Amino acid sequence: MKVNLRNPTRTIEVEGPMSIVALLRRLDLNRESVLVIRDGTLVPGDALLEDNAEVEIRPVISGGST
Amino acid sequence: MKCRVCREPAVIDIRRHNANFCSDHFLRLVRDQTTKAIDEFQMIRPGERVLVAVSGGKDSLALWDVLNELGYEADGLYIGLGIGGYSDRSGEMTRAFAADRGLTLHEVDLRAEYDTDVPTAAKATRRVPCSACGMSKRHLFDQAALDGGYDAVATGHNLDDEAAVLFGNTLRWQTEYLARQLPVLPARPGFPRKIKPLVRLGEREMAAYCVLRGIDYIVEECPMAVGNKHLGYKEALNAIEATSPGSKHDFYFGFLARAAERFRDAAPAALESGDLATCERCGSPSTSEVCAFCRLIERSAGHEPVTLTRKGKPL
Repeated sequence: MKVNLRNPTRTIEVEGPMSIVALLRRLDLNRESVLVIRDGTLVPGDALLEDNAEVEIRPVISGGST
Repeated sequence: MKCRVCREPAVIDIRRHNANFCSDHFLRLVRDQTTKAIDEFQMIRPGERVLVAVSGGKDSLALWDVLNELGYEADGLYIGLGIGGYSDRSGEMTRAFAADRGLTLHEVDLRAEYDTDVPTAAKATRRVPCSACGMSKRHLFDQAALDGGYDAVATGHNLDDEAAVLFGNTLRWQTEYLARQLPVLPARPGFPRKIKPLVRLGEREMAAYCVLRGIDYIVEECPMAVGNKHLGYKEALNAIEATSPGSKHDFYFGFLARAAERFRDAAPAALESGDLATCERCGSPSTSEVCAFCRLIERSAGHEPVTLTRKGKPL
């Protein structure tokens, strides 16, 4: 499957099918820190991503002045 | 995964609530939690006008959207900070958001109105960029709110922001900051009321709200904030949250309920009493003859503009 990542923007290929939880674990990402988005909406944590899927993993942490 | 409310397929899990939600019930949750914060901390009274500090990021645009959905009279203020292409893109997104919804957006541009910008001011004054930026924004938001007759300035600080700042202030026992880390700071002479209606909502929830509401926000991180301490504190807290959901909420709301009061006397007396001098330049309340913002402008206006680059290309 195609996985689009941000900061910096890049695309990686990951072999599916794979659950969201497994995908995030494989990429060493904390579920608290990202959203998984497909076709403009959220993908729930228990979804199984097929090998031909394309998803965006969007970081949600922002920082700076307070 | 099923929605806790209607048992239809869920789109998001919120582990600290031990619950999943469909799109409709998640959006309702965000509005309900915002209302709860506004009511609990008496942030906005009936008929009051609110100025929302908007940056083009997820939190401020979501806040502006929620306040309007809830029927509040809320206008926006965007400050052009001059942080290269990042500021250009965030400004465009903010203007598009306001135009699509017919909302009133005010703008202040540092370069056009003060002959400086954040990268240049930070270099000229040798301040940490986030410090120069935050101080400038606070000054300009206060001034715009008072000039425009607004009753409160609303910022998009969420639970993760507040927990991270509390973490940093506690690590160093910065008691004067702990004394003022509250969801509402009452108005004082020369300062409008400051409110943070999103304190009951996490950062991931605010991003999810934007996705589900179709709000196009700037996802990229501010190039000047990359690697700052605040982001490190958030990562540390999220590592704790992953194994112990609800820790951030308990940390922050436990502080408000059981500890904040103990630091009240640590706030600078002049700030609390409003017994401040007046800045000779701009007339704002100040602890010195010239306020920190006017000093920043004086030292950086006319300075050669700093161009942000990465690998030799302008950002």
